[in-house]
Amino acid sequence: MNKNWIQVEDKMSDRNNSTGVVTRRSLLATAAAAAATGLSAGGAEAAKLKVASIFATPIEEPWDNQIHVALQKAVKELGIEYKWSEKVEAADFSRVMTEYAKGGYQLVLGDAFAAERESRRTAKQFPKTAFLFGSGSGPAEPNFGVFDNWIHEPAYLSGLIAGKMSKSGVVGAVAAMGIPEVNRLVNAFFAGAREANPKVKKKVAFIGSFFDPPKAKEAAIAQIDAGVDVIYAERFGVIEAAKEKGKLAISNMSDQSSLAPDTVITGPVWDMYPTVHQAIKLVKAGVFTAMDYGDFSRMVKGGSYLAPYHKFETILPAEVKDMVEKKKAEILDGNFRVDVDENTPVSD
Amino acid sequence: MNAVLEQLLQVGFFAAIIRIATPLALATLGEMISERSGVLNLGIEGIMLLSAMTGFTAAYYSGNLWLGVLAAAATGAAMAALHALFTVGLGLSQHVCGIGITLFCTGLAFFFFRLIFVDSSRPPTVESFAAVSLPLLSAIPILGPVLFNQFTLTYLTVIAVPVIAVVLYRTPWGLNLRMAGENPRAADAAGVSVMATRFQAVILGGALMGVAGAFLTMAQFNTFTFGVISGRGWIAIALVVFGRWDPWRCAGAALLFAFVDAVQLRLQAAGIGHIPYEAFLVLPFVFTIAAMAVMSRNAAAPPALLKPFRKEER
Repeated sequence: MNKNWIQVEDKMSDRNNSTGVVTRRSLLATAAAAAATGLSAGGAEAAKLKVASIFATPIEEPWDNQIHVALQKAVKELGIEYKWSEKVEAADFSRVMTEYAKGGYQLVLGDAFAAERESRRTAKQFPKTAFLFGSGSGPAEPNFGVFDNWIHEPAYLSGLIAGKMSKSGVVGAVAAMGIPEVNRLVNAFFAGAREANPKVKKKVAFIGSFFDPPKAKEAAIAQIDAGVDVIYAERFGVIEAAKEKGKLAISNMSDQSSLAPDTVITGPVWDMYPTVHQAIKLVKAGVFTAMDYGDFSRMVKGGSYLAPYHKFETILPAEVKDMVEKKKAEILDGNFRVDVDENTPVSD
Repeated sequence: MNAVLEQLLQVGFFAAIIRIATPLALATLGEMISERSGVLNLGIEGIMLLSAMTGFTAAYYSGNLWLGVLAAAATGAAMAALHALFTVGLGLSQHVCGIGITLFCTGLAFFFFRLIFVDSSRPPTVESFAAVSLPLLSAIPILGPVLFNQFTLTYLTVIAVPVIAVVLYRTPWGLNLRMAGENPRAADAAGVSVMATRFQAVILGGALMGVAGAFLTMAQFNTFTFGVISGRGWIAIALVVFGRWDPWRCAGAALLFAFVDAVQLRLQAAGIGHIPYEAFLVLPFVFTIAAMAVMSRNAAAPPALLKPFRKEER
């Protein structure tokens, strides 16, 4: 693949002069002007935490996008300075991490799945920088924290709805590939569907890549031809198929009702803000530690939830909504635990 | 097993084959024309992606899908012209330039997409082409819904196959094109400008690749995303070999690939035993390679393929 990666500076941070710009300007400016800039910028800069993120894919990828959205929110609410690099190939990962660490970024986030070893090795060289990466493995001392999309709980809740809303008794899921991050969502979804209707049959299709919407759409149409009438759109492309064929869909990662308001019932939403908030708080306090931040993606921490019903608020039977509310309360109270099943699901 | 058979006998299955085959057929025909004149265009993957992007963007801002298709074709033609400039005009390595074009186009596509559409969380969409049922013809039982309830671009692709075959085999220009790819020196001696012919063939091929990209973002789907081409360009290059550089066979090759892909998607849904899904995903590729090995044993590439032509050089 190509080696070019695009670096985009956030407009927000652009407006509040970055340190580099101030220095260059002060060289050119008169002594008085330099002092004035220094004074006004100095106060604001001191408190401003520099956060960067590195993504292996373009930021449209739903998984990475949730991290990006959370950090953009942090720019507004926590007053951080934020820069990101997208489509960074595994071979470039280490270099980009180094650039940020040397550039004075105190917290660097990213998805390490493709460059697990490189990123861990690089993090060791910059013990003063906090690294927080999406990863399937554990944290590493002293500064490498991990997180993951633990949104199987709302996936289970969506499954309950799918099981109840399916008239044909066949529910489907079209997913990227059989990796733990995907499997546990799809399995939780089917577990929910089966809980709601023990006779439910499941259909699973993988498209073999993270982004190939035309193929995902074809896979969804194939499932609909096979009798599926509620389908879990783990990837982009599936909702469009359901819409075209007049079936129902469950979205994934973000609230995607706007894509097809009459088709998308609801779906698990991953909110990375609690994770980002916690990490920024710890880094600001100077007490960031290498740990697993995965729990901040759970429902109880607000890191995941079921998307609003929107149009389906009035369509869903009260009985279904009650069932979901009950289970949700049990999950939030810690009385019910959604099983984490990371085996690759197969069709019935 | 019965469930699978039942699905394979449905109208939806055959319609899916034709839908999946359309972009592959367009790209394969484009690559075939280029190669027939003696120029391998490995820029196809990038050309399809960039055209898919420019086509989508044009359609998004103009609200006119056909303008988008036109923009995609123009983009494809322009990038192919660049490839021709290097490989035909300057006689550089077709492999290296082709890969370079793919990398260049991929980078450009993402760069401009990010500049134009800043918000990444909601992919921009267009109201994509709807399937058009042809009056009378679509009423034919079974055949009607399969063949005559497709996208207009699909109909045009179906028409393009015989048109390209006639042009290639029955017109002076087609003869020149084939000569440029088979024996450029003889063509030159006969007064044919090999350079001009190759330029024309590569550019026409690029335009077809561009339309193939546009089909993916404006007919089969309604938005541009990265990964929207997902190797379909590379597949087209294999299909050209499989199709033995012949328009009819190339279209057939695309149909066969699409057939196995459609079957594969339905097998996944059928849930036969505990076969890993990767085994299904790889089926179209295995099948194509196997079919290629059997059916294309005597296939010969255009003799002057990959060979730059320099006038008056021995």
